[in-house]
Amino acid sequence: MSRHPGLNYVIDPDLAVLSQSLTRRFGKFTAVDDLNLEVKRREIFGFLGANGAGKTTAIRMFCGLLKPSSGEAWVDGLPISTDAEAIKRRIGYMSQRFSLYDDLLIEENTNFFGGIYGLSKREIEASKAETFSRLGLDHLKRTLTRELPLGYKQRLALACAMLHHPRLLFLDEPTGGVDPVARREFWDIIYETAEAGATIFVTTHYMDEAEYCSRISIMKEGKIIALGAPAELKRLHNANSMEELFLDLVGEKARGSR
Amino acid sequence: MNSAVQIVDFSRSYGSVPAVKTLTLNVREGELFGLIGPDGAGKTTVLRALCGLIGRDSGTMSVFGIDPVREPRKLRESIGYMPQRFSLYPDLTVAENLRFFADLYLVSATERRQREERLMQFSRLAPFRDRRASDLSGGMKQKLALSCTLIHTPKLLILDEPTTGVDPVSRREFWAILKELAADGITLIVSTPYMDEALLCHRIALMNKGSALAVGTTSEITTLYPYTLVEAIADDLQKLRRLLVTHGLALNHLHRFGSKLHVSCSNSEEVKLVTSKVSQYGGSARVTEPSIEDTFVALLDNQKTVNPTQP
Repeated sequence: MSRHPGLNYVIDPDLAVLSQSLTRRFGKFTAVDDLNLEVKRREIFGFLGANGAGKTTAIRMFCGLLKPSSGEAWVDGLPISTDAEAIKRRIGYMSQRFSLYDDLLIEENTNFFGGIYGLSKREIEASKAETFSRLGLDHLKRTLTRELPLGYKQRLALACAMLHHPRLLFLDEPTGGVDPVARREFWDIIYETAEAGATIFVTTHYMDEAEYCSRISIMKEGKIIALGAPAELKRLHNANSMEELFLDLVGEKARGSR
Repeated sequence: MNSAVQIVDFSRSYGSVPAVKTLTLNVREGELFGLIGPDGAGKTTVLRALCGLIGRDSGTMSVFGIDPVREPRKLRESIGYMPQRFSLYPDLTVAENLRFFADLYLVSATERRQREERLMQFSRLAPFRDRRASDLSGGMKQKLALSCTLIHTPKLLILDEPTTGVDPVSRREFWAILKELAADGITLIVSTPYMDEALLCHRIALMNKGSALAVGTTSEITTLYPYTLVEAIADDLQKLRRLLVTHGLALNHLHRFGSKLHVSCSNSEEVKLVTSKVSQYGGSARVTEPSIEDTFVALLDNQKTVNPTQP
């Protein structure tokens, strides 16, 4: 257990993310409303919700990109309100609209991102060799990024996000638009990464992918309305599939009952 | 039934990169037709060529008997096109955006008022009439974009990935609207990367890398699945998958579908083997019908085997 200076709070070292009453307002609009959440290390945590439910705002806070209006969250043991810079160095972030440089070779992209993370040349080379072979990018090193199929671009974006060996990876809709085979291959990589010791925090609109997570949360209007293992949630809400569960909790029926 | 769209041997490249290779398609009047496939399949290129926005390298195309390249203006009043990034005016309200597009299409004021009411109703945007477009959720923006595309009552609606990045609830609502439009007799061509949306179309073209892998109804297409499909349920599907690999099953015949593992079995011995191994493992297995996604994955795999140079 570690005690943080200035905070009378003990953080469980087994938690990758701890969020307590985390709230973010934009003017009169409350995007994230009293969010409470614990993500354990090595979990594959699925962060689901309707468009505009507040997922991206919450992720931006966890990544140290946005300050909370009130409440607090600890990421890898560090409070987001004061340690944003240190958090950014400890996490990896990949979004669907990843920012790879199309005109660079694949390995030039990784060198560039390695530099941003402050890795030495030797560290970059070592990390690159390991990541490329694990992600099946070895034979493409000297390829121009723009010539990669989307599925491989996504792997490259993941490689860039993992060069500094983060213990926690935030993946924001990583599989949007790719074919079903590439989607599954990407999930195989996610599994391997989690088995190697990283925590995965992932958002998706594919409900079959929600099933691949160890636990999920469903957000609606800034609040978490369901939290647990997929099988447990389906049982609890008497749903046959994640799709059905999601539609029941977030859809018309749920709206009507309010 | 009359044909609304005829595409014969259409090819189009961008520089040295072929986007669509000798595609032949027919869409009937009143049909809800789906172009299903991942990014880079050539869907957008087909749709843009149908609107007359880009030319063809070869092949012919006709939309209600009109060649979109030769007579784009003549075509414009009969089609509505919703591109992937539809330009709504963020500073204008829902109602103002609709009015703007009505003016663009020279819709008279009386007609506009009638259609506006109808579109607001069916898109369920009426309560948000005075909200600025920038303050709408992703799903609501897509519904407003669709309404703007419909303001001049086109005969053919061309929608490029209207549900990409949209959550499952909004996706379902959006498709309910498309179904209503089809019931009204409008012809629709919709592209999507979501395999499950194929089931909502009358007919589909399953596309990959510029070609149609298959064209037809979903039940016609799933007959192309070349294996027997066994669906397995167990506590740890990853472990089960590894176990089956040790018994000689190929990794690319073992695909996770949500909480189930789908095993493509080449023959009855393999079905028996898989069934017994799964039950030894404490799970359950049964032979089941393949979905469009199973079929797509299998066809894609065959395409890869035929052309192994492709990554």
